[in-house]
Amino acid sequence: MSPILQVRNLVTRFDTVDGIVHAVNGVSFDLEEGETLAIVGESGCGKTVTVLSLLRLIPEPPGRIESGEAMLYEGAARRDLLKLSEPEMRHIRGGRIGFIFQDPMTSLNPVLTIGEQIAESLVEHLGMDRDQACEHTIKLLARVGIPDPEKRYSNYPHQFSGGMRQRAMIAIAIACTPEILIADEPTTALDVTVQAQIVDLVKHLRTELGMAVIWITHDLGVVAGLADWVQVMYGGMVVERAFVDYLYERPQHPYTIGLLGALPGLDRKGTRRLVSIEGTPPELMRPPSHCQFAPRCSYAFDRCWQEIPPLLPVGVRHEVACFFNVEKGRPW
Amino acid sequence: MRESATCDLRPVTCDLEARGLRYRLGRLLRLLWRDRSGMLGLTLFVLVAVAAVFSPWLSPHGPLDQHLSISKQPPAWSADGNWDYPLGTDNLGRDLLSRVIYGSRVSLTVGFFGVLIAGSIGLVVGLISGYAGGRVDGIIMGAINIILALPYLLFVVFIAAILGRSLLNVILIFGITDSPIFARVTRGEVLRIRRSGYVESAKSVGVSEWRILFDHIMPNLIGPLITLATFEMSAMIFYEAGLGFLGLSVPPSVPSWGNMLSAGRKYLTSAPWIATWPGLAIMFTSLGMNLLGDWLRDVLDPRLRRARK
Repeated sequence: MSPILQVRNLVTRFDTVDGIVHAVNGVSFDLEEGETLAIVGESGCGKTVTVLSLLRLIPEPPGRIESGEAMLYEGAARRDLLKLSEPEMRHIRGGRIGFIFQDPMTSLNPVLTIGEQIAESLVEHLGMDRDQACEHTIKLLARVGIPDPEKRYSNYPHQFSGGMRQRAMIAIAIACTPEILIADEPTTALDVTVQAQIVDLVKHLRTELGMAVIWITHDLGVVAGLADWVQVMYGGMVVERAFVDYLYERPQHPYTIGLLGALPGLDRKGTRRLVSIEGTPPELMRPPSHCQFAPRCSYAFDRCWQEIPPLLPVGVRHEVACFFNVEKGRPW
Repeated sequence: MRESATCDLRPVTCDLEARGLRYRLGRLLRLLWRDRSGMLGLTLFVLVAVAAVFSPWLSPHGPLDQHLSISKQPPAWSADGNWDYPLGTDNLGRDLLSRVIYGSRVSLTVGFFGVLIAGSIGLVVGLISGYAGGRVDGIIMGAINIILALPYLLFVVFIAAILGRSLLNVILIFGITDSPIFARVTRGEVLRIRRSGYVESAKSVGVSEWRILFDHIMPNLIGPLITLATFEMSAMIFYEAGLGFLGLSVPPSVPSWGNMLSAGRKYLTSAPWIATWPGLAIMFTSLGMNLLGDWLRDVLDPRLRRARK
């Protein structure tokens, strides 16, 4: 396994009339070829901003990528996505990195046919002519499980259901067989049954095309069956990262424990009350000076209020950013 | 996932374009049949257009032929009427039917070219303003507001006084004074569309700025702009008649509905038909254009197509 994407110390801020919003505060992670990384966290924790920053799709202004690097590997060579020119970046978007948005209802242009919108990326990146692009698009539609693709090619988005639109969005994202597929809460806007189909489709395409996947979600249930690695974010920082099984078996960060406690389970008898995490999401207007979770954490002690805990390994394939060892009931 | 779906697709012939066109035309006709007022609008518009194009063949007489001996002859169905002059004659004995038919030429020319000029200027200015944003947008919108704040009629009288009375001048005046409306609508739409999810998703697959502008934003503008164009065309026909009535449009030698109205005004009590026919022509043309515009708005918006069914 070799790394395909290496993000180091990414900082993204937004200048607003009320002040600076510290959306992403030093996020680092690695993505290996063919691996699936789930980024989990509540709304506003910076998970979407992190990936949008990587593709430089943050509207600037008000957004601003303050510092950091995002190395995209091509064999041994590597390039920093944050330093590429706009034309080079366009080549990466859709070419080497595919992106699926949250809401398939608004992400397709209502006046263009589904086929035209998929073919667009093929023409742009692979230099296909109209006929080639059309033929390839029909294959793509079939591949993402849209029945009767020849006919569906010339349909408009309003003739598609939500699940089919998301399939079409996936077809656009994988059109040029990218090495990385980024999915930003792709199932949030869909029915539960359709969600499962979309997850299955992505799993299937992942193995078929050998793509690495970054899956952003706030649904820990979806993650369990899909991801290799899970990265939990809070207040624009990574608070815990672990191999998926370890995270579910032995969550270390109080926030992760809280998230898992809030998840209904079928194995438990149904008598357990779901736990909610007290307090409100962090204020992002001030630059972090202490553990972002401290105000809501029942384990917090003086040190948590004085410095930011670094993300440190606590076991094999398991890192956590917390001064307190929850299992032993004392600081590390 | 169906495994079978992924492999071995027979080669597909991509004549979707042609099929799509025939399909679209068919659907357009079905939609037209369903919408009675749209049908009426289109009929009226086609009637006026045919009259304008084929004036020499449709008119029983020359529009300028004078027969003073039969001046102010009433329409054919009244006691003193004559079927040689079905709608009667004016104070100089010119055939009113022929003049109404020829008058459509001025109205349609002004409406069509006026809208073409206003639309072209407005589209370009609006696109730049909306897509560039920032200071450029501020300057352009400021200029547009200044133009819109000018007293319209005064402006037209001023221009007409300087440039003289001709069809071209009327078209230019309408084209320029109306372009801010098109620019505003275009800008508003561009502002809305460029923040939409599909533009963001087009960016995420690496589509260039120009292609976003032409392939994603422009097609979304066609519907609102064509609709606006029909309404503005109707308004221009109306205003041209108004200018003609004030004697500021085409010279009196050219048969136009406005000029005819103006000439007929003096005989409203003795020969009311002289002003009635051009008045009716203006009214029905305007009505037709407005109904057509309403219908086009429904048809050109893919989101409304479903709702109409």
